[in-house]
Amino acid sequence: MAQLPLTASDMEASLHVWLDTEFTFFKVEELAAELRPLARDEQDFILGWIRRIASTHITLAWQFGRRAPALLPRMERRLLEAWAVHTCDVFDRTGLQNALRVMEQVDSFDPLQHQNDAAGALFEDIAPVLGNFVCGLSGRRLRIEEGDAAWTDGERIMLPPLIAALPDLDDNFQHAKVTVALLWAQTRFGTLRIDHAAVAAEYSDPERALIRLHALETLRLTACIARELPGLHRQMLRLRAALDPVFPPAWQHYERSLSARDATLDTSLALLAQAYAEADCPHWADQGCLRPDAIAAARAARLDKEKARLRVKLTELLEEHQAADAAPRDTAEKTAALAVEPREENGQLDFEITLDGAPLVPPSDVRQLLTSVYLDFGEIPPEYLTPAGEGDYDASQLFDQPEDPDAVWQGTYHEKGAELYPEWDHGRQHYRKNWCVMREKPVTPVYDNFHRETLGKHAGVIRHLRKKFEALRDENRLDKRQTQGDEIDLDALIEALADARDGREMSDRLFQRMHRAERNIAVAFLVDMSGSTKGWINEAEREALILLCEALELLGDRYAIYGFSGTTRKRCELFRIKTFDDAYDDEVKARISGIRPQEYTRIGFALRHMTKLLNRVEAKTRVLVTLSDGRPDDYFDVYRGEYGVEDTRMALLEASRTGIHPFCITLDRDARDYLPHMYGAARYVILDDVRQLPLKVTDIYRRITT
Amino acid sequence: MNARTLDPAHHLIEKEPYYEAVGDEIQLFEAAYRQQIPVLLKGPTGCGKTRFMEHMAWRLKRPLITVSCHDDLTASDLVGRYLVKGGETVWVDGPLTRAVRCGGICYLDEIVEARKDTMVVIHPLADDRRSLPMEKLGQVVEAPPEFCMAISYNPGYQSVLKDLKQSTRQRFVALEFDYPSAELERRIVATESGVSDAIAANLVRFAQMTRNLKGSGLEEGASTRLLVHAGKLIADGVSPVSACKSAVAQAVTDDADMLKAIQELSSSIF
Repeated sequence: MAQLPLTASDMEASLHVWLDTEFTFFKVEELAAELRPLARDEQDFILGWIRRIASTHITLAWQFGRRAPALLPRMERRLLEAWAVHTCDVFDRTGLQNALRVMEQVDSFDPLQHQNDAAGALFEDIAPVLGNFVCGLSGRRLRIEEGDAAWTDGERIMLPPLIAALPDLDDNFQHAKVTVALLWAQTRFGTLRIDHAAVAAEYSDPERALIRLHALETLRLTACIARELPGLHRQMLRLRAALDPVFPPAWQHYERSLSARDATLDTSLALLAQAYAEADCPHWADQGCLRPDAIAAARAARLDKEKARLRVKLTELLEEHQAADAAPRDTAEKTAALAVEPREENGQLDFEITLDGAPLVPPSDVRQLLTSVYLDFGEIPPEYLTPAGEGDYDASQLFDQPEDPDAVWQGTYHEKGAELYPEWDHGRQHYRKNWCVMREKPVTPVYDNFHRETLGKHAGVIRHLRKKFEALRDENRLDKRQTQGDEIDLDALIEALADARDGREMSDRLFQRMHRAERNIAVAFLVDMSGSTKGWINEAEREALILLCEALELLGDRYAIYGFSGTTRKRCELFRIKTFDDAYDDEVKARISGIRPQEYTRIGFALRHMTKLLNRVEAKTRVLVTLSDGRPDDYFDVYRGEYGVEDTRMALLEASRTGIHPFCITLDRDARDYLPHMYGAARYVILDDVRQLPLKVTDIYRRITT
Repeated sequence: MNARTLDPAHHLIEKEPYYEAVGDEIQLFEAAYRQQIPVLLKGPTGCGKTRFMEHMAWRLKRPLITVSCHDDLTASDLVGRYLVKGGETVWVDGPLTRAVRCGGICYLDEIVEARKDTMVVIHPLADDRRSLPMEKLGQVVEAPPEFCMAISYNPGYQSVLKDLKQSTRQRFVALEFDYPSAELERRIVATESGVSDAIAANLVRFAQMTRNLKGSGLEEGASTRLLVHAGKLIADGVSPVSACKSAVAQAVTDDADMLKAIQELSSSIF
């Protein structure tokens, strides 16, 4: 039975609370009156979203409520939801003004234009597939990114967030695939080799010239695709028949000349003047746009970089080759005879490098550089082949420069070089995308006597630990007298044969087996470095880590130690104390000693990052141990309270979903009220006394890993 | 219903196994064989290492004994062991011992998969001693000049645990195998599977596309062997796209996005 609709007064009561009308003075009575005639599930849908958006921003929730009842009849709920989430995302990224603008755009929503949206291919869904697809096609490796429209700059292919030209999801995907292939072809078959803006500038209407050039090139590239990827070409023709207007007859002779096997970009350029005069110009839904500025910018940045890199790589190649050569050559000779012959075999680009006529096998990085250079020029220019001499290049061109994590704070703020993590917004019941800006930083080592003093202080415990942990260490041993095994246990057999002669029953335990035991555990420790750990707790943490390391070295488990702290979402910091690859050496000991309380307890991002790191380690069992002194908290932020608890819970859930075993050790004595909820996905233990920490941690570790 | 049981020690390969030489590997192997140097074959899976061994065994007219190594393969699996028969223990030679005794070619496939203790057994055989100590029998078997040892491994695994120790690898002459050139691979696929040259060329093109994906989601591109499988399915009437899906895409990955991408590649070509 359908539930009765809510009355206006029921709704008003909730709306007063959610929209905080005591301060905001929103007229909830009007809103309630609009909602009253709706069916109960429609009311619940809209009210639910008002509540969820209100946790982000009250004005947005109010605006949503004012618009939603009118939109419901003409917009699918799925789209309405997507719109609400998108608005919140825009608010997260760029603030209230833009979010309100997005909110307003919905007024102009025309259902006719969006009739295919329900069957549209979402960028998020198709990008992973098409990313691999374009990677498989030959040539430079192109990335797929989300943009405002479909275009390429020769390094990236941009696609719009939703491709919904056709009423069928699969057709929309194929349409996106054809677009990607055409954009790939622009790089592969040399459309991007020239400065398009300069070419178009020679005409009185550059815009018109550019459109004609793009059309000519699309004709040529379509012919290339027909030759290279016939299956794709068939799809393309099918979709074009459904989507595109009739092909102007005047353009047929262009199509003929551009379909020739030897047609190049120059053919298109030669035809441009004639095509410029044509009244009609064909346009295809799958061709995307041509953006000369972006192409020129990417190309300019790439050329010098790749020239420098290629020349250095060739030098290395030559040196290697000559080192292997018995007869040393003199220096004048060596630069002379390096030649590169590009070959196109079966649609695949390949290069043959010869040195004085003898072939060299280029390593794959050289081959990739050669491919990229070839795509830019259609040949390998000779100056790219002169190996670089000593100091003959700008070192900054050779490698992508790593970002100094501290330097980014000195200038104006930017998120360069940081990793972005989402955060679970419990009020919105949705993730805030790319919310936390995380950077890994090393802990400054402090070389002091801390390690030695700790060992001295806990000498008794350590002896005890050694014994306990050594007992854990499982070693290869020969199991004798087994019913199955890969060797006969001769002792057992002789005994059994003697028994048989004696008339007694013969044992069937006649085999021996090698028992191989490998502890295959990787564990990551995440240590609270928030300001509240100052004093006793910090010291106890450090002592606990030293004891742990001593014990773990004995066991041979792989382990990493990181500390976390943060001030606001824009400054989440993870401190490297020991990575999985580091050995437990003096520097690690000094870094443990150097752990100092930092700022606040924002923990979600740290759990997510550790999850990622742990999943990269090859191990049968992965354990994530968190050491913390209390509930999640952050500076002047919603993270305090329920939000933080829910985000932590979500991050722990995400970790256990990937097969990691999270375990939390906490020192908060008041924690019993929220811990079972927060650590629901994990197991946890509460320590009442800080002083117990060093002794308990190793004990706990032993318990959870056996 | 009756499977033929072959005694590998006396099994000579009579019919020439089809093999297309990529470089001078045949000549190198023959020279190493004459000079009694063991051979190490490196290369990705399905590029023709095992076929090459069969071909060489046929050329040299020696029996070929292949052992596919796995992580439970012990030294006694290779050398031999005591079995119990009618209240008595009887010694039974392992494949390596049989190969040494009959002067055959012993090919240890994917040697890194075997347990570490097997290496100890092959070391004395792989240097100038050319002898096989059998501790349990208290004997040492000297290898005749016709005996040859070959091992193979795939350096692409890049696992720390599965690497060949220097003391092992430096006993061998190494031959590197890679996927053949496009033209050669096309000929191999056409000959082996019986598809037309045009389809074989497209299959090779498809394989190159999957090889482009190596490192960005795929551990290994499609091998020549997979192409031959796909070709055989096509020759049997399966449509090229579904042959590529079953014989290649599903064989190289389980990842849903990657599978779809590979299928899109194959449907673009055919």
